[in-house]
Amino acid sequence: MAVKVINPGLLTSVQDLGRPGYFHLGIPTSGAMDSYALRAANLLVGNEEGAAGLEAVFVGPKLEFTQDSVVAVTGAEMPVRIDGQEHPGWSAIPIKAGQTLSFDYLKSGARIYIAIAGGIDVPVALGSRSTYPIGALGGFKGRAIAAGDELPVGKAGRAVNGASVPESLRRKSPMPVELRIVPGLYDHRVTKASLDRFFEEEWKVAPEADRMGYRFKGGTPLEFVEREQPFGAGSDPSNIVDSCYPYGSVQVPGGTEPIILHRDAVSGGGYFMIGTVISADMDLIGQLQPNTPSRFRRVTMEEAMQARHEEAARLDKLRAHLG
Amino acid sequence: MSKLEIKAPMPGTFYRKPSPDSAPFKADGDDVAAGDVVGLIEVMKSFHEVKAEAAGKAIRFLLDDSDAIMAGQTIAEIDG
Repeated sequence: MAVKVINPGLLTSVQDLGRPGYFHLGIPTSGAMDSYALRAANLLVGNEEGAAGLEAVFVGPKLEFTQDSVVAVTGAEMPVRIDGQEHPGWSAIPIKAGQTLSFDYLKSGARIYIAIAGGIDVPVALGSRSTYPIGALGGFKGRAIAAGDELPVGKAGRAVNGASVPESLRRKSPMPVELRIVPGLYDHRVTKASLDRFFEEEWKVAPEADRMGYRFKGGTPLEFVEREQPFGAGSDPSNIVDSCYPYGSVQVPGGTEPIILHRDAVSGGGYFMIGTVISADMDLIGQLQPNTPSRFRRVTMEEAMQARHEEAARLDKLRAHLG
Repeated sequence: MSKLEIKAPMPGTFYRKPSPDSAPFKADGDDVAAGDVVGLIEVMKSFHEVKAEAAGKAIRFLLDDSDAIMAGQTIAEIDG
């Protein structure tokens, strides 16, 4: 079966849980920015957690189904319509051949995940179906979906009509958003007063934020510890001798606007990193709209590991509920 | 006569002009034809045109150039 794209929305791409193992070659992991939401959508329609679905940012697509199927929409709050009739998010919804799935205006969050029973069956590239548009790799022909595309869908597994994720297992976005950061490896490049202020001030998500990096603005520019730039580093005080960039690392080019590297980020370069967002908070970043007030909170590695355990426990509860 | 609202399809930064030195797409009080561009929204490093879905008279903007905007927020009203 296939799903026809009537309208792609703003930027909608095929994503699974990503393409780990090639970052050292400059190929990012890609995959769903809110991986928990994609897992939930897949489990709702009886797919493997890591099946490929659609990630749509800010604006939902309009899709026509050529066969009876089951769909689920998770992540951001965006009213779901089938042939104009509203259906709940975070639930398995039966859809019939000839019917159209569409969406209203985004209400909160940023990205919806659409899982279709059987998963989007595009070819696997380097172990993943995720789209990396800049590298024209994976997904549907290596790009975001477009009007007229016919997306292949795999064979559906077990039927799960009526399945739903309870409220307690859906992500809430606390306002203002707080992102937890373990400082390092280059936080010594800024003065202590400047580092403290970075963690105290309110920032806002910049409109440029995308799958490569989430940029923030509004805070005070950083003050660097004076030094003679080492051989191989650029002349700006925010430059370092080139280094690996971890997923979640926070660079501050020119000391002005922090950028958190996300799923489609570059793997290395010459900007100092003030810290790294903990793994438990990376999904939340994918749900931040431009202009969202945000704070960065300094945590220790122990706190980061505790938060990771809590996230894993929540995922286990989701699996137990939908399994 | 009814009041029609032109809403933002996406969040971002709203601009009334095609470039900083240009005249606005529409001045307050202008008439609007269906499909007319009334502004731009910048998000994720690209600019997206906002078009009127229906014709109307006497457009009134509810926000200024460079204002932050949410999806579904009303940009302007026209008399239909």
